[in-house]
Amino acid sequence: MAEIHLKGLAHSYIGNPQISSDYAIHEMDHVWQQGGAYALLGPSGCGKSTLLNLISGLIKPSHGSVLFDGVEVNNTSTQDRNIAQVFQFPVIYDSMTVYDNLAFPLRNMKVDRETIDKKVKEVAKTLDLTEILSRKANNLSADEKQKISMGRGLVRDDVSAILFDEPLTVIDPNLKWKLRRKLKQIHERYNITMVYVTHDQLEASTFANKIALMYEGKIVQFGTPRELFEEPNHTFVGFFIGSPGMNFISVEKEIVDGQLVFSFDGINFPLSQEQSDLLDNAQSHNLKIGIRPEFIQLSRVEHPESLPCKIVHTEDLGTYKILTVEVGKQQLKVRLGEDQQTPQENAFVTFPHQWVKTYVDEYLVTPSTGDSNNE
Amino acid sequence: MNKVQNNKAWFLVLPVFLLVAFSAIVPLMTVVNYSVQDIFDQNNAYFVGVEWYKEILNDPRLQDSLARQFMFSFTVLLIEVPLGIAVALMMPTRGWTASLTLIVLALPLLIPWNVVGTIWQIFARGDIGLLGYVINALGIDYNYTNNPIDAWATVLLMDVWHWTSLIALLCYSGLRAIPDAYYQAARIDRASSWSIFKFIQLPKLKGVLIIGILLRFMDSFMIYTEPFVLTGGGPGNSTTFLSQTLTKMAIGQFDIGPAAAFSIIYFLIVLLVSWLFFTTITHLDKDKTKEQSYD
Repeated sequence: MAEIHLKGLAHSYIGNPQISSDYAIHEMDHVWQQGGAYALLGPSGCGKSTLLNLISGLIKPSHGSVLFDGVEVNNTSTQDRNIAQVFQFPVIYDSMTVYDNLAFPLRNMKVDRETIDKKVKEVAKTLDLTEILSRKANNLSADEKQKISMGRGLVRDDVSAILFDEPLTVIDPNLKWKLRRKLKQIHERYNITMVYVTHDQLEASTFANKIALMYEGKIVQFGTPRELFEEPNHTFVGFFIGSPGMNFISVEKEIVDGQLVFSFDGINFPLSQEQSDLLDNAQSHNLKIGIRPEFIQLSRVEHPESLPCKIVHTEDLGTYKILTVEVGKQQLKVRLGEDQQTPQENAFVTFPHQWVKTYVDEYLVTPSTGDSNNE
Repeated sequence: MNKVQNNKAWFLVLPVFLLVAFSAIVPLMTVVNYSVQDIFDQNNAYFVGVEWYKEILNDPRLQDSLARQFMFSFTVLLIEVPLGIAVALMMPTRGWTASLTLIVLALPLLIPWNVVGTIWQIFARGDIGLLGYVINALGIDYNYTNNPIDAWATVLLMDVWHWTSLIALLCYSGLRAIPDAYYQAARIDRASSWSIFKFIQLPKLKGVLIIGILLRFMDSFMIYTEPFVLTGGGPGNSTTFLSQTLTKMAIGQFDIGPAAAFSIIYFLIVLLVSWLFFTTITHLDKDKTKEQSYD
């Protein structure tokens, strides 16, 4: 049982890193609390697996430190960190039976036979492996093998955290949800810190209470799935979370008739006074406005603050529709419910103020954070 | 669709049948033909049934060389397989040292067999050979042309030198095919190095080892050139193995009938041992799970 603290942690695979791109993991401070179910979400190559291996000790960090319950473990070997890790492809000992596979870590720790037997049977019951305990692990299906990998972490009493490295990659889609539910149950039952690496936002949000979204070696946002959806901290979060991702429009500051406006392609974007002030205070010229496709309102008639648009493309996905509309030269995605009427060709879009987010240098600015929300 | 009722498809098998017939069946049947006849000249051939087989199986020359042959193949496997695995485990995995090791290991495999015999014939000589000279200089009386034990040791050493690389290279490729995750999982499970070898590396090497052992068994069981060049089968008959006995009989004495019977027996032994080994190994896994495999 442990709280995992990444303190000033950074890692580079190159001996003497000079520039920022030499780093696989950029300096970060992060705490995984004891008993939490976390997901580490990000695209391929963003450093998720590296970060996981830094925690488990398979890689030594080049900078900073990893602390377990406040104790630095940089130089502690994987064996002594009391970590269990489940890999992308199920790792099982082919020549052993399921029982022996589960008993293996305990036997290596010289635990007495009775305890082993009790523990193995208990874990097998949790994972629905009781029926096949005497079978050779070699001849099982991928999901059963993956459960065994997981089980080897659960039999140990001393495990402080279980790390999952995209564990459902090789599992059949119809078994994925089953295993995911099993994971949740295990988490509730054993109260172990779990960190789950994935590039699938659905997997992340069903498994985890809190998601850490990684991008180019940094954790750009750490929050609940809802927070990531509604308040994306960074344009990448907005783009990566949601299907389709958030719409972003680059705007420029202009004074028209003595009035401050933010415009794109000669069109003024309707903003609230507060949002306008936020962008006005920014030093940078990289100003963006973001809005989720779910929150854009589409109508056949003009409303105050609505902008004319042209419907370019309609994609019907059964339970909902995704429309591509053109405002000025910008193409925006709009997500409509199946029952909502789809206007033909010309329509008007409205951007409700509470869902319009303002970004300066790719980071979200809100009234409380001002311009300084750079993590 | 109407089903065409004829057997024309059989003609499509004909080319393969002809190929196999001329490459394997016809030569083999010629040998079978000789093995059941006593031939004096073109017009005088008598059918003798299994007489030659009886004679050959009771021939002490064959019995002795068969015993020697099994002894030799068994010893060779016993040394080369563990040694090959050990070498493969110690080989560097990356960088220029890895390439260098691969090349050095592959070298013995590239040398023609009679050259290997010649190399060792000279290398092990007491007067001008480095190995023989050094051993004698150390005060050990070593002469492979006089002493049967020395001769055996030299032939074994030569074969180990020549063929351990094969096992090592096969195992090396097998080891490289094991994903890192296995080693990482083993570290997390606190497995000792011995456990890693026993439960990860060895099971994963099983496939290549079956091939390696089969190849080495068949090759060593049919060994001819190297001991022929090195010791000529001597001293006495101490390093005369099966193929050399056979050659003496067939070409030296022109005893075609017994030699043919001998060839068939020889062939059947190799086939039988290889088959036994292969089926035993591949059935080891299945038997235990047979009653439970319902998927």
